[in-house]
Amino acid sequence: MDPSRKRTIRFVVALSAAVLLAGALAYTSFSASTEARQPSELAAAQPTPGKKYQLVGKVVPGYTQKGDTTYFSVRDRNGKASVPVTYSGSLPDPFRADREIVVDVVKQGNVYVGQKGSLVTKCPSKFTADKTNT
Amino acid sequence: MLLAGQACLIVAFCCALYGIAASLYGAKAHRREFVASGRRAMYALAGATTIAFVTLELAFVRSDFDFATVASHSSTTTPLFYRLTAMWSSQEGSLLLWLFLLGGWSTLILYLTRHRLRVLAPYAQAVLLGFGAFFSGLLVFAETPFAKSPMPVAEGAGLNPLLRDPGMMIHPPMLYSGYTLFAIPFAFAVAALITRRLDAEWIRSTRPFTLAAWCALGFGIVLGARWSYHELDWGGYWMWDPVENASLMPWLTATAFLHSVMIQERRGMLRIWNVSLVLATGVLAILGTFLVRSGVLNSIHAFGASTLGVPFLLLIAAMIGGSIALVASRADSLRSENRIDSLLSREAIFLLNNLLLVALCFVVFWGTFFPLIAEAVTGVQRNIGPPVYEQFVVPLALLLVLATGIGPVIAWRRATASNLKRNLTKPALAGLAVCAVLIALGVTQSFTALLMFTLAAFVVAGVVQELFRGVRARRATSRESAPVALVSLVRRNRRRYGGYIVHVGIVTLFVGVAASSSFKHVQDVALRPGQSAKVGDYTFTYVKPTAQLHPAANGRLERIAFGAQLRVERNGKKTLLNTSKDYFPSQDGSLGPVSRFFDGETTTEVALKASLHNDVWAAVAPDIVKLRDRIEEGDKLFDKAADDLTPEQSEEFLALALRGLTGRYAENPPPARFRLEVNPMVTWIWLGGLIVLIGGIIAGWPSRRGATRTVKARYAARVGTEVRERVPV
Repeated sequence: MDPSRKRTIRFVVALSAAVLLAGALAYTSFSASTEARQPSELAAAQPTPGKKYQLVGKVVPGYTQKGDTTYFSVRDRNGKASVPVTYSGSLPDPFRADREIVVDVVKQGNVYVGQKGSLVTKCPSKFTADKTNT
Repeated sequence: MLLAGQACLIVAFCCALYGIAASLYGAKAHRREFVASGRRAMYALAGATTIAFVTLELAFVRSDFDFATVASHSSTTTPLFYRLTAMWSSQEGSLLLWLFLLGGWSTLILYLTRHRLRVLAPYAQAVLLGFGAFFSGLLVFAETPFAKSPMPVAEGAGLNPLLRDPGMMIHPPMLYSGYTLFAIPFAFAVAALITRRLDAEWIRSTRPFTLAAWCALGFGIVLGARWSYHELDWGGYWMWDPVENASLMPWLTATAFLHSVMIQERRGMLRIWNVSLVLATGVLAILGTFLVRSGVLNSIHAFGASTLGVPFLLLIAAMIGGSIALVASRADSLRSENRIDSLLSREAIFLLNNLLLVALCFVVFWGTFFPLIAEAVTGVQRNIGPPVYEQFVVPLALLLVLATGIGPVIAWRRATASNLKRNLTKPALAGLAVCAVLIALGVTQSFTALLMFTLAAFVVAGVVQELFRGVRARRATSRESAPVALVSLVRRNRRRYGGYIVHVGIVTLFVGVAASSSFKHVQDVALRPGQSAKVGDYTFTYVKPTAQLHPAANGRLERIAFGAQLRVERNGKKTLLNTSKDYFPSQDGSLGPVSRFFDGETTTEVALKASLHNDVWAAVAPDIVKLRDRIEEGDKLFDKAADDLTPEQSEEFLALALRGLTGRYAENPPPARFRLEVNPMVTWIWLGGLIVLIGGIIAGWPSRRGATRTVKARYAARVGTEVRERVPV
């Protein structure tokens, strides 16, 4: 076969593979992703019960623990709107009031139930006071 | 001291600006003295930064709370070892570490190449000084580590307890070394493009630095994973966090470069590809730093409040824009001398390996930035979790291991059927034999893990075959014993055999990841003393609670530990393990004198019994809710008696109260919650990382041939100087 034709075929095959991979990646990402919401957005949007959201915000002071379950509220990073959350399971060590957390939640009644093992707290190595907001 | 430190940073900034101007003028006007002066400006920058670095370290050692950074990141109860590491837990301290390492590595490369690469050097040093100017500028104008505390501070906030781990001494400097070392090949690639000196010489000269960057970053990543595994209470080592991903991306592109560069050196091919990989690696290294400091993505590692996003974004935009413009304008000089003759050749397999590595990098990049992409497309931020990453990364990693097995044994240019048969039969049989044995042993729960073990055996067998043949050939021409012949073989071709060792390390690491993620057993349980839980083949029994006060070196209380002793049994063999949760006192003045010891930071001390076969891992979450009444009672009593007690009496009674509380917990413990795990072959991951590091060091160690080249270059430079002096221009 003509070498230049051979190269063209190789190039087309490689390009097709790359496009396929990128397409599959985009499709999978959009279909398997979770919406990230702040408490005020969740409160305003009337979320679908049973649908999973990724809640991002700060822990409101005054949370309580009963056995394995922790009851707390999460507020906006730079705001006061908050939503109640219950979470069952071990909390990460840095979990504290006013710390920023990310947790997957599902609305059940008036409460957002955290998905087990999904709660992460921002790395405390970097939690020097917010110079812009405090 | 504050002023001296700040002055050093200003000097470093001025040196960087002067150095850029001198280097560029020297290159433009062909004035060597200006180029040399620019180089010396880099030495001066490194010197000034070193003084600033030492000044800040001394402030941490002396707990000098006049330094705002020291007051907010250290305390007198922080052990000395961790005071030394506390600097880089702060934004400004970590930037200073960046500049310190950049100055050091840049000085080293500019010193080593002062008699070589004379055309490239001025531009390369201008780029390196540009990075120096950027980081010293940030330290002078935006985030100074030499700010004075606004008011006198008696005690600092202390280093966060989670960072009180030996890993803190090595992990951040290793990552930063990787990032800063990648600036060197980036700078020389830019210089090669500007000057159109696009042969392999700049690649050869910077190769030890590229390899050192690759080793440092790779080792830093593994150390971070290890730290997470034994320090955090979730029992994992990788969670696809944006900042973790940011360190992985330049490592992947650098791995691709280290392979494809061999094709350029040997056959003059892939020049555009190689230079693009180097430039991309440099950009991705800065991107990692940007992600930590911009707050653009939700990362658990990101700095809480940073205003450095915009400057970093501008730097990245300049790097990307400049790189694209340079590559596009030099496309004619970057044409390959040859083409791939056959898909069955080493070049083709290396290219496949490159495409797989770049595809992996793309998947990680896509996942990392997906929230922003999704927001741009749908108007809502969306996140993807580990399953999406794994869906793409696992098959790509399997193909990569397959290419790793074929690449080193297949012939250059065009492999014949006999070449393939001769080199691939035995490794393939070894892989199939391992697969058969594993199936016979019942390891069939995970197809991907089984495939990974099979391919790993294929790779290792290929390396053993190569070593065996090499030793046999050496012994045929010398009378060396097998071990001596093996050492001689590796010494004579460090790059090749170091690379093979790296391959063995990588597949060892992959085997550990495959086994630990496919066959892990986890249970979250609440247990009372005497109760047991079964996890995999192991029985965990909560033997007794533990409670202890830990004083610091200065006699003050550093932490209180509430924990548990566990007995782990398997096949009649018993082991005792201890795990605890440590409570560090809060500096919050609004808390009561007793409760401040329970409302501060906590860390989990994980119980870990590691072996090549299985890791037994346990973490406790003690329930101290029942102590709350007593703690509040104690606060009230101390409040009432505050005026009647001297500070010494207050300290004494507080110690008594805390001892009473710990004693009460140990005597009458409530059920404690445990996370219990049995993780197969996690040790293989750390072992693999170590083998990769050793292989990388062997591959990058300067060879005698390299030393000869340096001597020749020095001689050529001296002759050139003499000729220039004697012949009037």
